[in-house]
Amino acid sequence: MNTCTCAPELKEKEKQDGLKELKDFIKTGKQLHDKQGALMNVLHKVQEIFGYIPREAMDVVSEELCVPTAHIYGMATFYNFFSLKPKAKYQIYVCKGTACYVAGGARLLERIEDELKIKLGDVTPDGLFGLAITRCLGCCGLSPVVQVNDEVFVRLVPEKIPGILDKFRKMEKKTK
Amino acid sequence: MEKKMINLIIDGIAVKVSEDSTVMQAADSVGIHIPRLCYHPRLSSVGACRVCVVEVDGAKNFPASCVTAVFEGMKVKTNTPAIREARRDVVELILDNHPKECQICERNNNCELQQLATTLGVEDYFYAGERKQFPIDSSSCSIVRDPDKCILCGKCVRVCSEIQGVNALSISARGYKTNVGPAYNMDMKDSVCINCGQCTLVCPTAALTEKDGIKETFKNLSNPDKVCIVQIAPAVRVAVGEAFGFAPGTDKTYEMVTALRMMGFKVVFDTQFSADLTIIEEGHEFIKRLTTGGKLPMFTSCSPGWIKYLETFHPEFIENVSTCKSPQQMMGALIKTFYAKKVGIDPAKIFSVSIMPCTAKKYECARPEMNSSGFRDVDVVLTTRELAKMIKQAGIKFTELKKGEFDEPLGESTGAAPIFGVTGGVMEAALRTAYEVITKKELPSIDFKDVRGLNGIREAIVDVAGTKVSVAVVNGLANVHKLLTEIKEGKRKYHFVEVMTCPGGCIGGGGQIYPQGDIEAMDKNLYTQRSDGLYDIDEKKKLRKSHENPHITAVYKEFLQKPLGELSHKLLHTHYHKACPKGVPSEVRDTVSIG
Repeated sequence: MNTCTCAPELKEKEKQDGLKELKDFIKTGKQLHDKQGALMNVLHKVQEIFGYIPREAMDVVSEELCVPTAHIYGMATFYNFFSLKPKAKYQIYVCKGTACYVAGGARLLERIEDELKIKLGDVTPDGLFGLAITRCLGCCGLSPVVQVNDEVFVRLVPEKIPGILDKFRKMEKKTK
Repeated sequence: MEKKMINLIIDGIAVKVSEDSTVMQAADSVGIHIPRLCYHPRLSSVGACRVCVVEVDGAKNFPASCVTAVFEGMKVKTNTPAIREARRDVVELILDNHPKECQICERNNNCELQQLATTLGVEDYFYAGERKQFPIDSSSCSIVRDPDKCILCGKCVRVCSEIQGVNALSISARGYKTNVGPAYNMDMKDSVCINCGQCTLVCPTAALTEKDGIKETFKNLSNPDKVCIVQIAPAVRVAVGEAFGFAPGTDKTYEMVTALRMMGFKVVFDTQFSADLTIIEEGHEFIKRLTTGGKLPMFTSCSPGWIKYLETFHPEFIENVSTCKSPQQMMGALIKTFYAKKVGIDPAKIFSVSIMPCTAKKYECARPEMNSSGFRDVDVVLTTRELAKMIKQAGIKFTELKKGEFDEPLGESTGAAPIFGVTGGVMEAALRTAYEVITKKELPSIDFKDVRGLNGIREAIVDVAGTKVSVAVVNGLANVHKLLTEIKEGKRKYHFVEVMTCPGGCIGGGGQIYPQGDIEAMDKNLYTQRSDGLYDIDEKKKLRKSHENPHITAVYKEFLQKPLGELSHKLLHTHYHKACPKGVPSEVRDTVSIG
């Protein structure tokens, strides 16, 4: 109950820059008479700036547009386009299309959840991995498949999961 | 401009209604009751539940009658086999996503969903499947939110926004995850909720209810080491009877006293005594502000929902609010100081309960500064509903009780006190006293009819010894927002403003008995009956001005010394602090009135 569905923190600097950009955007758009009507547009901007909708941004939008936070939260959670969680660096999509499902996609999902200690839809605390399901990726002959960002891994078994995750962890270390 | 009249036929009956009517209103006007769930006459219509569907000739689907406008020549059928089946399906679908625990539910026998299921003839769980599972939020001192019982009608969201202008709640997410709650899914206690409980009055099920105080009360009543003392608020006495079949407005004060003694309360005091005391303190505070150039307008402070609203949304007016505690808290402080000393009880052994028409009082008594006696001044607040429940649980036949008497010395009150329970009453009571204190003359007419009524905002000008005192009375926080905004803009100027959080004042409080039968919360007749009940009590009193209460005079003589004195400041006054607001009240709109 206490955990709010929004956000591991952005870095302070990024956040402040983003909020400033957001305020400027709202100010230049203030000629809009219908503040409630402007909300949709503004939330799109928030998503564009931060890659998700952080709570601080919703607070700013509330104050600037004079729209209650509860209302903003309702809208931000209604539309699939908006995300209240930051996107991970490596987004994992487990295919749950029919073929992959039959070939054991669900077991892959379980294993990834176990390895990363997160649930479907969540992001690891370090922001590295995010976990989502996807429908058919169009390579049923190679099922079950898992896609990480643009890379597709085929004919997977749960035992291969740790290796794949490690590969991205190593990549991350190298870039640092 | 006169509205055009429209002719239509509903179930073969010719109906003539104005052009802005809905099909549901047209049907109501000829005695056809279309079943409904998310509709409320005082709130905007959203057509969310689809229970009120009807057949309209030429329409491709079954439109929801609460949001369908009438048109000339329209032919409507409200009672065909297809329609009955459609409605039943809708209710079955809701039921199958709803806990099947009616017998142990707070709203058992008083639940709109339960009633609908019976009237529509639901006989089986046709669509049984997985149910939504959300945690219960009992973080708030006042209100418990059980989303599993929520049927997403959205009435709470609308009452919070449209009547109270607070916007603590919204509908979030979609599909199976749809949920009603505060912004960011935060706990109620951290949200901008001001604890008024209007949501509990309009909730058709038990998704929003008051926080239980019954268990702790019963526990202390059976503890031989505790002295249980209780006080009863004005508005409770004209509503509690409704739970036992009496007409709204029936005065059940003294039967309630008897019931409370039967339950084991050693001492029964009347919050009306401290209402009189409030008038003395607040009246003197007003006179002081008026004559010494203090901050004006002065706002009343007895409604704790308003206080939290002020601190959250309009902290710029904090200095304008009377520093007087509410009557509940004044009584609480006196019980554990003055009374404890007088009769020689250790205040640590006192368990102080108050019966209130209000859920926000539960929050008020838990505020950290409400401990001027050295202890928590009021231990538990019970709503009118909880009192009725306790009476039933204790096996007391309320309809057959003899009248009891309040205890002295905090049990006597004047006619100025009962009217605290209705919007305009505090103002009237204050004027009766302020007038006589300032002019030192007797009031020519005791009834200030201008400040009475159920309209959202009312104004009056009172001539006090040549000074024209401009007063306003406001109820419902959306109206308060409008009033405060216009005061800031200089459009309105007053000396004294009475603020009540709930529409109608305490008679419409969030802790009052759920309206019985087809009557809805904020019903004009219901609130008029309760309000008439209070004015009736006032009229029947021999003494009708707070400063004439001999027991008040005695308390000052024996204990408090003088109004606004040192001890008064310690025990009867308080302070407010700016909350960290993360909400925005609704934009200014037209005044919302019950009357």
